[in-house]
Amino acid sequence: MAALTDVSTKMSAQNLSVSLAGKTVLDQISLDIPANRVTALIGPSGCGKSTLLRSFNRMNELLDDANTEGQVLLDELNIYQAGVDLAELRRRVGIVFQKPNPFPLSVYENVAFGLRLQGINSARQLDELIAAALQKAALWHEVKDRLYDNALTLSGGQQQRLVIARAIAIEPEVLLLDEPASALDPISTLKIEELLYELKQQYTIVIVTHNMQQAARVSDFTAFMNLGQLVEFDATNKIFTDPRQPQTEDYITGRFG
Amino acid sequence: MDKLNLSKHISSQFNEELEQIRNHVMSMGGLIERQLYDALAAIANSDSELAQQVIANDLKVNDWELQIDKECTRVIAKRQPAASDLRLIMAILKSINDLERIGDETRRIAKVALESFNSDQQDLLVNLDNLGRHVAQMLHDVLDAFARMDVEAALTVHKEDKKVDREYEAITRQLMTYMIEDPRSIPKVMNVLWSARSLERIGDRCKNLSEYIIFFVKGKVVRHASHEKLEQEVRGD
Repeated sequence: MAALTDVSTKMSAQNLSVSLAGKTVLDQISLDIPANRVTALIGPSGCGKSTLLRSFNRMNELLDDANTEGQVLLDELNIYQAGVDLAELRRRVGIVFQKPNPFPLSVYENVAFGLRLQGINSARQLDELIAAALQKAALWHEVKDRLYDNALTLSGGQQQRLVIARAIAIEPEVLLLDEPASALDPISTLKIEELLYELKQQYTIVIVTHNMQQAARVSDFTAFMNLGQLVEFDATNKIFTDPRQPQTEDYITGRFG
Repeated sequence: MDKLNLSKHISSQFNEELEQIRNHVMSMGGLIERQLYDALAAIANSDSELAQQVIANDLKVNDWELQIDKECTRVIAKRQPAASDLRLIMAILKSINDLERIGDETRRIAKVALESFNSDQQDLLVNLDNLGRHVAQMLHDVLDAFARMDVEAALTVHKEDKKVDREYEAITRQLMTYMIEDPRSIPKVMNVLWSARSLERIGDRCKNLSEYIIFFVKGKVVRHASHEKLEQEVRGD
């Protein structure tokens, strides 16, 4: 069974504090994200879980007035140190959002987008990489005959898997997911969850979810946050059967939050 | 196996978890079945070494119960099983409780083998052996029915319990006669009586197990009903 002691760390937040427009959103968070595992961030609205997720590839900086203190390590690299190439960082740490956001291009071009940016232009190479990414995203069988259709004609669940395919095509090391299934029907949700289980063999995954049961189903480790603080972080099996903090217990049993 | 549809969830991890729990129940059942055969063999052959082994192995049975218990708790917490999945988990939680108790009864039976019986008393043990074989067959059949989730086989086991009860009564009467004829034999005879009682209890628990199979497959709670009523319930739809 998964335990915190026998996994290596892929990313690590150390005394990380973030304030947005002068308001403290994250307060001294220290958290190690285990490599090749799914880590879920749960907590009530406004607890800072999305902000924490975004701080893992410096997406918060896209907001005005964001101020970050402390550090986040990706392997050995402090991603907040001066001179970090943000494009390279975000290639290594990909992100998928709540609402599927495919580009208004063909299925094929959506996945090709990041690859072309990396300078891959050979048609044969693109074909192979795109097929591989779509297969990994468990979408290949559904779209292989409509690769040149507009991506917006796909269903919501398919679009979300397409976005995941787009994210993994460029071979990131870490995949951040912000409520990836909250706009989807239950079956598409289960497909995405199953996909995460497959993908963790290769990637380190961090998922923010409002749905506690989803966290229970997909994750190996769960971090429970409240009011910008990390309340408890442990193996999901432990959190969902015998949490240490009363606050965690109250949240996952639906007594507060 | 496919009758259970355990492999059809979108989540392959859920499939694996259910399959693993089910396999563990089968392993636990297999261990207990061997324990019972060994306990009976230990009595029949006055093999105290084998009896000691059965007594020691009961700890493994207890470990299985704790392990499966934990696995079921996790599945409930993490997967929110519904419908047949929920019935399977409930049936398993109840089954391992009965299996563990069968393990305890088996340990008690093995303790009888540690006693020495003189040749006059040997024929006491013959009837016990017959009852033992009958109950062991019942356990074998119910575990087999569990593996295949076979309602017909479960019904057969359920019916068998009455026969075991009658055999137990016959043994009790015989042992009482023995005690009346030779009061000095009472301590020994009491021991035989206790193991006959244990065997009868194992029969009851096999009957419970058959009820859980019916609960899982048919979704009907058939506990505390007579066999005739139960058969009617199960076949009624």
